[in-house]
Amino acid sequence: MKRFLTLTTALGLGLAGWAGPAAAQDLRIALQSDADVLDPDQSRTFVGRIVYTSLCDKLVDITPDLEIIPQLATEWSWNEDGTVLTMQLREDASFHDGTPFNAEAVVRNIERSQNLDESRRKSEVASIENVEATGEYEVRFTLGAPDATLLAQFTDRAGMMISPDAADAAGVEFGLDPVCSGPFRFKERIAQDRIVLEKFDEYWNADAYHFDTVTFLPIPDTTVRFANLRSGDIDMLERLATADIPAAEADPEIEVQSATSLGYQGITFNVGNGDRANNPWGEDKRLRQALSLAIDRNALNQVVFDGSFVPGNQSFPPASPWYDADHPVAERDVEAARALLAEAGYPDGIDLEVQVPNTNVPLQVMQVIQAMAAEAGIRISITAKEFATMLSDQTAGDYTASQVGWSGRVDPDGNIHQFVTTEGGINDSGFSNATVDEALDAARTSNETETRKAEYDAARDVLIDESPLVYLYHDAWVTALDAAIEGYVAYPDGMIRLEGVTMSE
Amino acid sequence: MLAFLARRVLVAIPTVVLISMLVFGLQHLLPGDPILVMAGEERDPEVIALLREKYRMDDPIPVQYLAWIGNALTGDLGTSLRTQQPVLELIGEKLPVTLQLALMALVVAVCIGIPAGVISAYRKGTWVDWLANLVALSGLSVPNFWLGIMLILLVSVRLGWLPASGYAPFSDDPLRSIQVMAMPAVVLGTGLAATLMRHTRSAMLGVLRADYVRTARAKGLSERRVVIRHALRNALVPVVTVTTILFGELLAGAVLTEQIFTIPGFGKLVVDAVFNRDYAVVQGIVLCTGVAFVAMNILSDALYRVLNPRMGEVA
Repeated sequence: MKRFLTLTTALGLGLAGWAGPAAAQDLRIALQSDADVLDPDQSRTFVGRIVYTSLCDKLVDITPDLEIIPQLATEWSWNEDGTVLTMQLREDASFHDGTPFNAEAVVRNIERSQNLDESRRKSEVASIENVEATGEYEVRFTLGAPDATLLAQFTDRAGMMISPDAADAAGVEFGLDPVCSGPFRFKERIAQDRIVLEKFDEYWNADAYHFDTVTFLPIPDTTVRFANLRSGDIDMLERLATADIPAAEADPEIEVQSATSLGYQGITFNVGNGDRANNPWGEDKRLRQALSLAIDRNALNQVVFDGSFVPGNQSFPPASPWYDADHPVAERDVEAARALLAEAGYPDGIDLEVQVPNTNVPLQVMQVIQAMAAEAGIRISITAKEFATMLSDQTAGDYTASQVGWSGRVDPDGNIHQFVTTEGGINDSGFSNATVDEALDAARTSNETETRKAEYDAARDVLIDESPLVYLYHDAWVTALDAAIEGYVAYPDGMIRLEGVTMSE
Repeated sequence: MLAFLARRVLVAIPTVVLISMLVFGLQHLLPGDPILVMAGEERDPEVIALLREKYRMDDPIPVQYLAWIGNALTGDLGTSLRTQQPVLELIGEKLPVTLQLALMALVVAVCIGIPAGVISAYRKGTWVDWLANLVALSGLSVPNFWLGIMLILLVSVRLGWLPASGYAPFSDDPLRSIQVMAMPAVVLGTGLAATLMRHTRSAMLGVLRADYVRTARAKGLSERRVVIRHALRNALVPVVTVTTILFGELLAGAVLTEQIFTIPGFGKLVVDAVFNRDYAVVQGIVLCTGVAFVAMNILSDALYRVLNPRMGEVA
């Protein structure tokens, strides 16, 4: 077989040499699902963001250590009270349709994010009261109130710049033929089959990109995705199943790279979202504390994920600078859990219904927890629901406990504020506490890291005690790639950055 | 004939209307809110309110239905909530893919099923017959997804003979297109081959006992000639009928096969649309399928009349 392959490869190369220059180099990346609409203002999927990373440049980017670095903006400064942000822009960038990138384009982009009916970015740029071009390559954002999260928003879709002329012409259909300013331009898309980008030669940093085309292929089944990599039909895949990590690491032709995600997985309790919050689990924090104590998070990580994820008990992973070290991940303590149940009036144990998405991994996680909790007298019944249904029930408050996660945001605010503040947009728990509200609101308006950290710690003291969310673990973004690929670095936001990445033939 | 067609079309209209109402109504019985899915992980309440208004999700269902059917009559099936692509365009893009898969699977089924049926009927009661039956039963009993994954692991990963999944349009690169579709066609075709084999076998058994076969043998024709020219030809009539019916089943079976092999066809489109609560796409597809079935029924009725004029007198 090998000889046959060598022969055909040689023949193929010979033919290519004979026909003209060597074949263009294509990088094929398998995604876990198909991206939604390719318009940064309308888009909402994680895989969509992976495509944008090559297609659309942002005002700023992050390093693997979450430091914010220049991309389209070269430098920036805040005024004294943190209400005016002035950015200097790159002078050598242009959009894929040839229109130059400048301050005017930034203004029109921000206004689109704020005003397009279908925009999903409204809350991310809500703090901007006014944006104006103060020079051809200088833009000034005036905020209604200080907003520490704004720069981090600009590292993601809210900071992606699209060609304003193309956007005006296409309106809501911009995503069918997106025009951005990234290292690759849009070539074609066949829904559920492929998205193809081709190299943008006029890109300001074109020398750092070494592929002629990048093809994204949605392959939802993890086994099939991995089989495609092993058979050489793709070069790279995102979210390798943890069960496949040993096999991938044992294969000399495959390399595995991973980075702990910014998000978390946990169990959300309904403590104040409608009538169904009126149950022992919603009313008595001791029960929620007992469940947390009954879980051995290390064992959970070993059993379900072969130890490749990170056990956690807060919205930030233990290695994060925002993690509150005063509340480390507690050891499992079944006796303490039983004592708390008895104290709450349930010496003979208590029932708990948890809803779970009906896919393999969440079910496995919950089954392990079910077994652990049973030893402390908590009898968990698992209700598996299809994701869309679960989401509706959770929003409507039609649940007692729900196993859900969050994919994570660069700024800590994005991983906590909206879930546990009284008016929070995704506060499905219905949790409300004045101390938490005050601390988290204060944390988002200060640009001082130390002040913010102190506020998060203050909120954490209450959140650990009340436990409206019992955090379990932090996923890792596990990327598997052909060993011929060099220079790839995994990032905690799970994005695939191709700067400096090469593939030997 | 024209009057007959006109009558059938008139009768079909209420059926199509009923289908469209059922599709629309049943879909709204599905739990899960499409706007919540659309709003994304952030679920910004302001965005949700705007989207609800934009897509008229707060209107009563009959009002929503009338708006949709009104547009559908003018050929506008709406746009995908997820990708903003027009639904009609999506359908046009995906249908040829699934048809190619179904046709290739049919070829696989016929190539395996009919010879196996003939041989096992001819060698009835021998080990050949037993073996063919065993293979046929396994073909029916092995689940598609298992066979699919096993084939990928063996043929693509271990042997490296065929691409593991994906799709290449036939018009762009016929050879690659057939290579990519080969494994899915085998997976889909084997189940069908088993059914075909059983039908061919029983039809052949009947025919092989017929008088004209005995006569053919008595005339001294070679066995090959007797079996293929005389017996098989007559046995094929019911088999062809079964095959055409099975073609519908093939399209249904394609749903699962397309999921395993990541083929961007009709089946995958429907499944993904249902999970994403992409109402416009689901409605468009089911409506088109319904209309196609009704049209095919009318066509086959008309064909019967052409083939056998006596049927007109009964109708």
